[in-house]
Amino acid sequence: MNLAKSFAISLLGLSGTVIEVEADISSNLPGFVLVGLPDASLSEASARVRAAITNSKLQLPARKITVNLSPAAVPKFGSSFDLAIAMSVLAANKPFSNSRLDVCIHIGELGLDGSVRAVNGVLPSVLAAREAGFKLAIVPTANLHEARLVSNIDCIGVGSLQEAVRIHNAPDSVGNSAQIAEPPAGQSVESDKDIADIVGQDLAVESMVVAAAGGHHMLFIGSPGVGKTMMAERFVGLLPDLSLENAIETTAVYSISRNRGSIGANLIVRPPFEAPHHTASAISLIGGGSGLPSPGLVSLANHGVLFLDEAPEFQQPALEVLRQALESGQVVISRAAGVARFPAQFQLLLAANPCPCGNALNPKAHCVCTPAARQRYVNRLSGPLLDRVDIRLQIQSINATQALLEKDKTDRLTTTEARMRVVKARELAAERLAGTGYSLNAHLPSALMRRRFSLSKQSTRLLDVALRRGSISMRGYDRCLRLAQTICDLDELSVVDESHIARAVALRGSENSTRLAA
Amino acid sequence: MNANQDVGKYGEDRAAEFLARLGYELIERNWRGQGGEIDIVARDRDCLVFAEVKTRTRTGFGHPFEAITTQKLQRMRRLVAQWCQSKELSGSKVRLDAVSVLVVDGRVHIEHLKQVF
Repeated sequence: MNLAKSFAISLLGLSGTVIEVEADISSNLPGFVLVGLPDASLSEASARVRAAITNSKLQLPARKITVNLSPAAVPKFGSSFDLAIAMSVLAANKPFSNSRLDVCIHIGELGLDGSVRAVNGVLPSVLAAREAGFKLAIVPTANLHEARLVSNIDCIGVGSLQEAVRIHNAPDSVGNSAQIAEPPAGQSVESDKDIADIVGQDLAVESMVVAAAGGHHMLFIGSPGVGKTMMAERFVGLLPDLSLENAIETTAVYSISRNRGSIGANLIVRPPFEAPHHTASAISLIGGGSGLPSPGLVSLANHGVLFLDEAPEFQQPALEVLRQALESGQVVISRAAGVARFPAQFQLLLAANPCPCGNALNPKAHCVCTPAARQRYVNRLSGPLLDRVDIRLQIQSINATQALLEKDKTDRLTTTEARMRVVKARELAAERLAGTGYSLNAHLPSALMRRRFSLSKQSTRLLDVALRRGSISMRGYDRCLRLAQTICDLDELSVVDESHIARAVALRGSENSTRLAA
Repeated sequence: MNANQDVGKYGEDRAAEFLARLGYELIERNWRGQGGEIDIVARDRDCLVFAEVKTRTRTGFGHPFEAITTQKLQRMRRLVAQWCQSKELSGSKVRLDAVSVLVVDGRVHIEHLKQVF
């Protein structure tokens, strides 16, 4: 019986399905038929596999070869099935002497010369293989680092089809040789952008620390040149390294991203920072594209920061798609080919001018915008979006005297020091929220919040008054409480008191603080 | 006869011998119909076998079988119908076979595929 099968993984979003690759060689005129819902690039696999086998000096019989990818109903994309198809065909022709095809997953694209080339999505594929109970993954050498990030599964890198054949023809000990090593530790590279570079904006620095500690979204409003962009670029430095679980999730998103081509990537341990230009489309932010949905920037910024500079200049649809991602922490993209789910737990940082000319907050310059123009400008950031932004900060430019009086750079708070405070505060929050499934104050639903936050009786008086007066909404009330809890964590105190609430109210800004300029 | 026709004739002779050794009863060779030729017509028990023979002396242009295209098979089918009509045969089982004859270094390799469609 000239029949054999091997296994591959089909990815949709980050979730993988095990695909059985069956090959049959029948006594008929030579031909190569690939069935089982392949897309265009996968249909081309037959040409690559045929050439690769011939050029590897391996036997391909002059008979009809039928390859079936099962389950046939699952759509399959891309070139990562080549290796599995070739192995299956070779085994159908002549069984391997020590075949482990039934416990092994094959991932890789074949070159015409028989070389095995790197592909996207190796990390999520190997994760899926492990979940499905496979013991061995054979991957392109260039992707081996990435594959080894997954524990509890042996990974072997192959550079050519012949090497892959050798693994299945070798006695056990050889196939398992020294190839299996500890997963490489991700490197934490310090950026040269330090918050100590920020001159005379202590309030802004403090609010950045609060935002980092609690995971609160943040909006900077200020005239051109006050340093909004500069501060935002330094924000990501305040965040602690990703936990292993989060790092693997984020690396997996990078791995499947066609735009990033993180082929052979190390584990991403620093939170990512994405700063799209304001011409970015809604799809580029949220993900999508034709055929196989690709992750967008919100997913590439997973467990990191999405910074929208000149936020009101973004197209309205681009801003509005962020709302659902902010709410649910994930993105679900439906296309004809299937429904892909991507994680999108990002922290949103917005920077905006107060008005089109940018001078509305500047006491030294004259704003030339009409009230209607200003109103239109600030209205581009919609209420529902701003509602999810906990910290709305107006940044004033500093004058010459302030700059002169400013502390020496060596005396200012550095990123490293600030990050230590953030880590400490996050630990306190995680301890308090243990068992809720949340670890950051900003993510906690209101109902849980009232049970988990330790508030003194007097502390909320300020908020109660504001609520009665109608200067904050009920949602704003809860947002202030979350902020206050983060400030309290940063102070390493156990009970939220009035001063924390007062600072929270100041950071939150009034409901129409963005409208102040208008 | 040119060199290729020589090779073809030689291959067809080898193929006919091969089929005869298998116990096939040879009925006709090089039957000419409209638009082509049937290399070998034989009888395998109750089945009429129409064989297309391809002969090669090297594989630089691929295996002999690879030269049998779908167009060639379609032509074969038409010829089979013509042959059956001319012999006023109907209702008997019919099979299309392919035989490859590879002559390398004086050695002859014969491969036989039954029921190609």
